[in-house]
Amino acid sequence: MARKKGRMAQEVNAGSMADIAFLLLIFFLVTTTIASDKGVLNILPPKQDPNQPPPEIKLNERNIFNILVNANDQLLVEGEVRQNTVGLSDEIKSFLLNFGAPDEEAQALFNSLPASLRNQAERDSRSSDHPMAGGAVISIKTNRGTSYERYLEVLDIAKRAYFEIYAERVGITADQYRALSGRNAAEKELIDRGKEGIPMAISIAEPDKIGS
Amino acid sequence: MSKFKKKNKVTESIPTSALPDIIFMLLFFFMVTTVLREQEILVEQRIPQATQLQKLEKKSLISYLYVGKPKDTGRYGTEPRIQANDVLIGTNDIALWVNQERDKLSEAERDQITISMKADREVKMGPISDVQFELREVDARRVLYAAVGRVDQ
Repeated sequence: MARKKGRMAQEVNAGSMADIAFLLLIFFLVTTTIASDKGVLNILPPKQDPNQPPPEIKLNERNIFNILVNANDQLLVEGEVRQNTVGLSDEIKSFLLNFGAPDEEAQALFNSLPASLRNQAERDSRSSDHPMAGGAVISIKTNRGTSYERYLEVLDIAKRAYFEIYAERVGITADQYRALSGRNAAEKELIDRGKEGIPMAISIAEPDKIGS
Repeated sequence: MSKFKKKNKVTESIPTSALPDIIFMLLFFFMVTTVLREQEILVEQRIPQATQLQKLEKKSLISYLYVGKPKDTGRYGTEPRIQANDVLIGTNDIALWVNQERDKLSEAERDQITISMKADREVKMGPISDVQFELREVDARRVLYAAVGRVDQ
């Protein structure tokens, strides 16, 4: 009220407003971390009742693709020592696509596969019976001393074989298949059509303690 | 040349009075999308690489568990530890933590809880399998091994 200076019409200089806003903008730009929630999904087996013995699952040795990783990160794939994972994904894929002893249902599945997959399918009676439930299982067993990185690498390779088969079945690339969210009915249908009859059977055994 | 000069006579200037508004709009966008990290990570985090990454639909279902060598080795030692929220916990506290996280979700979503395991690549399988064993005990079986993408060889 008693301000003498107030008489003069003063205007706040708004020219530097943009600069201030820029400064704030840059601050938020720098501090923003777009959280990446990507990863390899794994469903753990249900817990075991200590009073009951683990369920006996009868599987023929030929239906199990054994991958062992020791404390030095060396691999033992189907009884064969490996130092690296080169070519493992293709081996798993041909193991999964093998129809050694298909029953009627598996034969129907074989007939429903697209021609490109049918050409890859072999009929080796020493390998897995069929890719359906109980016909082909990938078993990954680690040691307590195995590095997490190696374990994830092997799991990643096993998943890749499955996703490649699923994707080829519905005629898209594996990257596209993995990006399907199942949010709408069309995507869900694609996902289901890829998986149908070929469940992801990756068994992760409890790591052993020897040599850790 | 004369033609050019004629055109130049019209003094065109871009009005910059709307510039602050545009900047403010951008600013608000980033302010809203920014999630300031509410927890300090106490363990080393060098996330391993993988190719078969999947993204989860609902972020609210994810709870994070950090596993790695403590950054403050003087206080916590050099053995890998587990961090939940902002404290280091032991393996036997995981069950309690999972139940707390589950209580935050709505009734219908409780069984879909997903644990995102952010483990350092140097960690051995021993601690990881201990964590997994505990998670199986409390029936939180959806696990997402956090990884960063890698271009194929």
